[in-house]
Amino acid sequence: MSAAHSVISETGVLDVAAIRRDFPVLARTVRGLPLTYLDNAASSQRPRAVIDAMSHYYENSHANVHRGVHTLSQEATELFEGARAKVRRFINAKSTQEVVFVRGTTEAINLVAQSYGRPQFGPGDEILVSWLEHHANIVPWQMLCQQTGATLKVAPITQSGEVDFDAFAALLSPRTKLVALAHVSNALGTVIPVHRFIAAAKVRGVPVLLDGAQAVPHMKVDVQALDCDFYAFSGHKMCGPTGIGVLYGRESLLNAMPPWQGGGDMILAVSFEKTVYSGLPYKFEAGTPDIAGAIGLGAAIDYLESLGMERIAAAEQALLVYANEQLATIPGLRFVGTASEKAAVVSFTIDKVHPHDLGTILDHEGVAIRTGHHCAMPVMEFFGLPATARASFAFYNTRAEVDRLVAALHTAREMLG
Amino acid sequence: MDLKDLYRDIIVDHNRHPRNFREIPDADRRADGFNPLCGDKLTVFVKLEGNRIADVSFNGSGCAISVASASLLTESVKGKTIAEAAGLFSQMHQLLTRDDVDIDVASLGKLGALSGVREFPARVKCASLCWHTLDAALHQQEQVSTE
Repeated sequence: MSAAHSVISETGVLDVAAIRRDFPVLARTVRGLPLTYLDNAASSQRPRAVIDAMSHYYENSHANVHRGVHTLSQEATELFEGARAKVRRFINAKSTQEVVFVRGTTEAINLVAQSYGRPQFGPGDEILVSWLEHHANIVPWQMLCQQTGATLKVAPITQSGEVDFDAFAALLSPRTKLVALAHVSNALGTVIPVHRFIAAAKVRGVPVLLDGAQAVPHMKVDVQALDCDFYAFSGHKMCGPTGIGVLYGRESLLNAMPPWQGGGDMILAVSFEKTVYSGLPYKFEAGTPDIAGAIGLGAAIDYLESLGMERIAAAEQALLVYANEQLATIPGLRFVGTASEKAAVVSFTIDKVHPHDLGTILDHEGVAIRTGHHCAMPVMEFFGLPATARASFAFYNTRAEVDRLVAALHTAREMLG
Repeated sequence: MDLKDLYRDIIVDHNRHPRNFREIPDADRRADGFNPLCGDKLTVFVKLEGNRIADVSFNGSGCAISVASASLLTESVKGKTIAEAAGLFSQMHQLLTRDDVDIDVASLGKLGALSGVREFPARVKCASLCWHTLDAALHQQEQVSTE
């Protein structure tokens, strides 16, 4: 991509000023002030390359995929399957057959619950998750438990917001049929040392699903090196479109799973007597897919790779260090989640100022953060908090934006503290 | 939209020093209010004498708007009849949600300080939670959620 030459400096680090020009929305103001977008864990912003890829597709090549012999259908199919090939390379899956397009992480996890779990789990079987999980990695398993009589087990966390490995290992048993674990916590930013957890599960032959929604945008993910069985992530948190995501699944497991939804595109032959399903990955992609979304996701992968995942991780870690230093100077600020390894997410509270008020006051300073339970109510309950404020950074954020966050927090303390 | 329209001095004062912030152990009516979006949780207690609200209080946790609104509520409905409190509820509902209705803000006394909330749609539920909770208590429902 041509952008690569201009956004990486001669010393090999990211040129943030140049990168910011790639993101049209970052030029806008909020209430007359520059937008300071620090809600990237909820959803990141889009570079022009992603927006253009989708527009270009709609303006030039749109037709349904896998159907027509006409030119547009073939072009659309090539672009759609080209995006799948990019995803495969990006996460280092063995084959594109292991890359299933879904709506997002939530749908990916529901697919595994219903297609992998439901036909074979029963009373006495256990699914093991952690206390750190996003609701999307809790509720589908609770529903599965209600349907099958299986039991949900929860590995506890520590005061620093890390999953207690020994307690996790102690909960693994011959009854454990699946481990479902966040790779990075959305509420706290904890990076879970998943290699260790996967290795412990493998000893017992237990398959592992990773919720990678918060990991894929910020670090190099290699599903073969991880040796996980399923890996779920969303496009919109990695500079891609909303409405598209990926379920990676180990081919042998996906092959053995029945289709999840029925319809067009997932069949080879249909008669009223018998229907023959397509092979992987189409068996799990009933109906017309989000073609433009997949193409946009492919463009987002191109963009991230042009920057380099290692350089992205380094830039974000530097921002995290700076943010931690600056936020620590605010009287009454308490960090929630202090794991030794974290993504660039800072969850915090401020004495006498409710997170919801912080959100409103910061918005008036042009600073967008998330406040609330972050779809991880058990985490909030563990820390005895109704809510936290969460600033989450991307590679396009700057130290000046951290300074604006800190200044706005001082304003909030003066108003309400 | 100025922040000072939302966080007026009365609101800030009632948040820092909420009035009637206590349990009434022998309450005749009580209800829990919950705003799942932001985690606000309030319990409203009512002591009745006939049809009249002899005492009213609240406890729980919430943002400045929800705490100040609840504090102002307790001050304004104490001594009123159930019917009068219901009338105030509907006036407050209009004040918080309708910009096409002229409301005599002055007649609402200190409650008029909440009129700025209307300009902050994301915060309307914070201000109305205590009123829905009081309404539930008076109608003998035990729980109310603003979602």
